[in-house]
Amino acid sequence: MYIRTEEDEIMVTISMEIQILFAALLFLIGLIGFLVRRNIIFMLMSIEIMLNSAALVFVIAGAHWLQADGQVMFIFILTVSAAEVSVGLALILQMYHHFKTLDADALRKLRDSRENEDIPQ
Amino acid sequence: MRILIPLIPAIPLLSFLIIALAGRFISKKAVGAIGTGSVIFSALITIAAGLYFLSSAGEGAVTSSVYSWINTGGFSAGISFLLDPLSLVFCFVITFVGALIHLYSIEFMRDDDGFRRFFAYMNLFVGSMLILVLADNLLLLYLGWEGVGLCSYLLIGFWYKEPENGYAARKAFIVTRIGDTAMILGLFLLLISFGTLNIQDLMQQASGRWAAGSPLAVISAVLLLGGALGKSAQLPLQTWLPDAMAGPSPVSALIHAATMVTAGVYLITRTHVLFTLAPVVMTAIAVIGAITLLIAGFSALAQHDLKRVLAYSTISQIGYMFLAMGIGAWSAAVFHFMIHAFFKALLFLSAGAVIHLLHHEHDMFRMGGLHKKMPLIFYTFLTGAASLSALPLITAGFYSKDQILWFGWTSASSSHWLWLAGITGALLTSLYTFRMVFITFYGELKTEPHEKAGALMTVPLIILAILSAAGGFIELPENFGPVHLFSRLFETVLPSVAIEEGSSELIFQIVSAVITLGGIYLAYLLFFRNSPIVKRIRGTRLSDFFYSGWGFDWLYNFLFVKPVVWFSEVDRKDFIDAVYTSIARMTGYFNVLISRSQNGKLRWYVLFLTAGITVLLVVILSL
Repeated sequence: MYIRTEEDEIMVTISMEIQILFAALLFLIGLIGFLVRRNIIFMLMSIEIMLNSAALVFVIAGAHWLQADGQVMFIFILTVSAAEVSVGLALILQMYHHFKTLDADALRKLRDSRENEDIPQ
Repeated sequence: MRILIPLIPAIPLLSFLIIALAGRFISKKAVGAIGTGSVIFSALITIAAGLYFLSSAGEGAVTSSVYSWINTGGFSAGISFLLDPLSLVFCFVITFVGALIHLYSIEFMRDDDGFRRFFAYMNLFVGSMLILVLADNLLLLYLGWEGVGLCSYLLIGFWYKEPENGYAARKAFIVTRIGDTAMILGLFLLLISFGTLNIQDLMQQASGRWAAGSPLAVISAVLLLGGALGKSAQLPLQTWLPDAMAGPSPVSALIHAATMVTAGVYLITRTHVLFTLAPVVMTAIAVIGAITLLIAGFSALAQHDLKRVLAYSTISQIGYMFLAMGIGAWSAAVFHFMIHAFFKALLFLSAGAVIHLLHHEHDMFRMGGLHKKMPLIFYTFLTGAASLSALPLITAGFYSKDQILWFGWTSASSSHWLWLAGITGALLTSLYTFRMVFITFYGELKTEPHEKAGALMTVPLIILAILSAAGGFIELPENFGPVHLFSRLFETVLPSVAIEEGSSELIFQIVSAVITLGGIYLAYLLFFRNSPIVKRIRGTRLSDFFYSGWGFDWLYNFLFVKPVVWFSEVDRKDFIDAVYTSIARMTGYFNVLISRSQNGKLRWYVLFLTAGITVLLVVILSL
């Protein structure tokens, strides 16, 4: 696809499928990072990646339909993620303060207490 | 006048609502004042209504409709009241004796934690009982009937922290419920037959459409009788009343002596037209009354608990009322009801005072020698006892019981056997009554009373004592003088007795006087002089048999309770239960299975979440 700009330069654009696929890949990276990492800080970073991949889809859509809304939405998401990170980091600090660890798997107090019981016949 | 009638039950009910809803915000004194004041107010209205009735003699009844309760498919029942001489007498006893008992309760219950609860229940009881006796249709009557049953249950189990009191309450409720079931079936039968439950219409149509002795009349009379037997503790449903003594003494006085247990008498008298259509049932009533009064009289002879003696005595005296109704002496039954309410309430309140002052000591054999320690209570108790054993001329009990015995001999529908049962019962009555007096108040002092009774307790006793002694003068025997205030009042509502001529009333009065005095003398010999015979009889099989109330509890336990318990034990694992248990077990199984997934690992949760979303997306996209 070719677009003729005002300066008469020819810009090569990438098709939307690939753009979306790229965003999906980014999301998958974040998700896998979240699942495999045990360090809570890395998990928070993975969440950020996922959030940004979602925001990227807005930008892609905005560019596709030539609407400014997509970029406005991106700004909003950026704000929300900034707020979320600040809360998340505060929680992580508290967590380290209390448990002296950053390992998410070590925090299992909410598990079912009957976990080790036998299933009744 | 019409406006006043609904107020009679409404005021105690209003007071019940106030105490039940706002009781915790008012002081105990105010609760007592409201609870007692409402009943006194009702009593004043009743007295005003009574004066109106006496002044305008001949006017039959006043009805007052408040509200149309049910009106559907051609059937209607209203919250409407009927005041005639019969309900007037019952109202008077309920409100007047009730007010005295409320007054007494203020002091009796003063130190009880459940003071407010007590007054709330008592007011609810008075309200329900007044609805019962004022109702102009049988459905409203049934509402009051169940209301008093509920209050009886609540007040027997008033001290619910003792498990036995709870058992006694449940026993009373279940046994009377057997009678109530028969009664509601009777109401259905009447409703199907006549399409109305209004008592006056019903009686008019019944006498018009049913011939005497027709099967429907007999069946409906039997069913109504069932209700009356349960409520009035007559054979074979009498077993609950002695256990009902677990409640506080004012409750025993009001509910289990003066008012509620006589609801059966009221019901039968109110529907007497129906019963006269079934002569078989009338005979049955008389025979049941005669047998009950003898059985209860013998049982009373062997009791140790002061209140249980009085309970059996109540059963026995209601037996007299049933005997009177069975031979058609309606006004004699109601007269005995009124006098009985006075002296039995007096006896229960005096006994309650004794028990209260001796730290809840119920056993007569651990009292003794109290006539010097509490002379006032002794004299009021003695008056009640004299009235109960029908001491001639000076007590009210003589006039009411003598009337029943006289009709027992002379009534056309009576047999001399019934009179014989009555006169034997009179001997038993004076024997067990004065046994109680001698054991409780004479002999050596065994328990020291810890305080003196206050004015709130003694004033009701004195008033009731005066009534128990002098209340009989409103209705004298024919040969004493022409005073018939009571039966004159009933001329318009209740038929009088058909009398066979040829006997002299004086001879019968002398016989019953001799029997009563003989009973008292016998009690004096046996229990005041401590005759060795008494010691020999105590502990024998016969004495135990009487003590247990002729083994009826054992019999019912054997016949009904044990088979049902056995069957339910056996039937515990039938297939219906199996279905429900397997559902429960399956739920438990899945619960444990799924709760395994709650392992507390955040990353596992996210994995499941992702997997779930993936599956959902695949499903949605592939559709």
